[in-house]
Amino acid sequence: MSVQAWTYFFVALSFGLYLFIAWRTRVRDTRGFYVAGRGVPAAANGMATAADWMSAASFISMAGLISTMGYAGGVYLMGWTGGYVLLALLLAPYLRKFGHYTVPDFVGDRFASDLARVVAVSCAIFISFTYVAGQMRGVGVVFSRFLEVDIHIGVIIGMAIVFIYATLGGMKGITWTQVAQYWVLITAFLIPAIAISIKLTGSPLPQAGLGTTLEPSIAGQSGVYLLEKLNQIHADLGFSSYTSTFVGGWDKVNVFCVALALMVGTAGLPHVLVRFYTVKSVRAARWSAFWALLFISLLYLTAPATAAFARYYMIDSLNGKTAQELPSWFENWEKTGLILWMDDGDGVMRYSAGEDNEIFRGGSLSHAELSSVQVNHQAWLDSDGAAGADGRTALRARGLSGPDRDIIVLATPEMAELASWIIALVAAGGLAAALSTASGLLLVISSSVSHDLYYRVLRPNASESQRLSVGRGVIGIAVIVAGVFGIYPPGFVSQVVAFAFGLAAASFFPAIVLGIFSKRVGTIPAVCGILAGIGFTAFYIIACVFFGMETWTFGLFANGISPQGIGTIGMLINFAVTLGLTPLFPRPGKEIEAMVDSVREPEDAGPAVQIETAPEH
Amino acid sequence: MSDSTDSAGSKGTAPDSAGSGSASVDSAGSRAAAALRRYWRANIRIMAVLLGLWALAGLGAGILFADTLNAYRISGTGFPLGFWFAHQGSIIVFVLLILAYCLYMNRLDNRHRRELETTRQEG
Repeated sequence: MSVQAWTYFFVALSFGLYLFIAWRTRVRDTRGFYVAGRGVPAAANGMATAADWMSAASFISMAGLISTMGYAGGVYLMGWTGGYVLLALLLAPYLRKFGHYTVPDFVGDRFASDLARVVAVSCAIFISFTYVAGQMRGVGVVFSRFLEVDIHIGVIIGMAIVFIYATLGGMKGITWTQVAQYWVLITAFLIPAIAISIKLTGSPLPQAGLGTTLEPSIAGQSGVYLLEKLNQIHADLGFSSYTSTFVGGWDKVNVFCVALALMVGTAGLPHVLVRFYTVKSVRAARWSAFWALLFISLLYLTAPATAAFARYYMIDSLNGKTAQELPSWFENWEKTGLILWMDDGDGVMRYSAGEDNEIFRGGSLSHAELSSVQVNHQAWLDSDGAAGADGRTALRARGLSGPDRDIIVLATPEMAELASWIIALVAAGGLAAALSTASGLLLVISSSVSHDLYYRVLRPNASESQRLSVGRGVIGIAVIVAGVFGIYPPGFVSQVVAFAFGLAAASFFPAIVLGIFSKRVGTIPAVCGILAGIGFTAFYIIACVFFGMETWTFGLFANGISPQGIGTIGMLINFAVTLGLTPLFPRPGKEIEAMVDSVREPEDAGPAVQIETAPEH
Repeated sequence: MSDSTDSAGSKGTAPDSAGSGSASVDSAGSRAAAALRRYWRANIRIMAVLLGLWALAGLGAGILFADTLNAYRISGTGFPLGFWFAHQGSIIVFVLLILAYCLYMNRLDNRHRRELETTRQEG
């Protein structure tokens, strides 16, 4: 069977499975809709959290980022896993003991203020929408490349699937679908990695293969370590060494800030936090954090291996080749604009860090812009430079040197000439990663609007069935909005994901941690802290990314802090403002103290939980 | 964040007495509150230790000392040590830290539950 037939087979099979699960897990009450009836076993919740968490960015883009960044790519590996330690130790057990439906619930109740609740709801919705836009784009990319359907139709199919299982099953449907999606995506990630590892290094464990020697048939001699070979190739072509620390703009301060912002942001992302509400007990919440990171680490320990393997194949199969020698994957992917060749006229492809580089990407250029660059470049070649324009200069000026990072995971199986069913599996995995994250985010949006805003603030006497209908309706609207983002992606989608982490780091994390670990912090300091943290972070990112503001050095560092890492500073500001204002304001009342005690008490014998006795629960 | 300021404020509140008015519950209630304070202190301690290791492995070995560590190589592999910590080592440490926390807290929870049961029987 051809790659495309296999792809249709895997995609149809996995989608059928998701729909089957959706039908089996449909729910009739808000408890099932928001928190899956609190009956999810820890290990299953771990898998669901892993799928929820590993987005199209983790699956498709991360290995590509590492592949081009080398050592500095570790910020994503450390940042997106280190957050789970914070989550397990500082947040998950307490949020489960608190036992509500959403994160704004905790913020609103702990700080006894509708203002805090509305601020938290706005953050949750904003973070979730920026994030979900990226997922829908991922769905579109996979559909358009692998199934050669129009990107719009791809997004619409994805939207329809998510819509069905999210509205039918709410959190329950999403949870069990995510469990299935975890296995689809991890299989799709591991099988190609293992196959490539065996081919390149002879080791069936890609995680170990990264540190071992290349097969003699590939390296030409025995005893050559993969990483050394990569460093040597990089040096030959003028790239900075793959394993060297702190090269280019990634100095120590920036690596530190970005990693910490991603860690703290991970711990503050509402769609991850809400997963810990779905388990039976405090103990199960701790264990599901462990299972989640264990399942995530399967992919995250493999990604650096995939990255290095892909780096090797990418350079090896392209650099110094003539048009006739080029591998067939190059032609397939050239059509997507993710990789382009602008020859200098000698007919030999060169991939390097210098001016003679001939590999580029289309980036966010429109189809018309790109073809005009290509036409001019062809004219320039044909006329020996007398007419037209050198496409290399044009693309380099726009910062489009080198292939698009998304190509790394999607095309590596083809680069390594793996069987067609393995190549097709990657498409199903990419879709699983994008859909699982999208559905978790859509549920956060739905519960934020229908529970936190509609029920807790606007209509406290709404009936169970009204709340459920509003919840389902909001998911429907959110799916459509997300789909529109996917079809007409705002050019800033990739930058905006950094935004989501920065905002989560600067808003939720300090508020929740202080809410649990201090009884002294009251409403006004906490709200001021959130607003200061989020205001600063949003200002910095918007100014840097959209208005070209110079990054700030704060008079301390040699280089400015990149917008990706500013969440670290935003978090510190939040902590500082909250703690600085706290002594000036009165202690919270006795009920709040009792509530904090009850959140800390792991056994049910503790103080009465006002939540469980409240009439609506 | 400090626990001492918290416990000072919570002395008067007997957690168990919420919803119950009988006099004998009060002393049992304050014993339960003391048990919660002990539990909480032990929790803060293990958290501090584990978060220290977290910072040491991820932010320390993976970033702050990565350039120094990169001079060494894990024997038998091609991994420079700093690079390995950034790409794999820290993740392994993170998984182990959460495992340690779960196991420790399970024991702590059990001890705490036994303390509460004794309190209730005596009360």
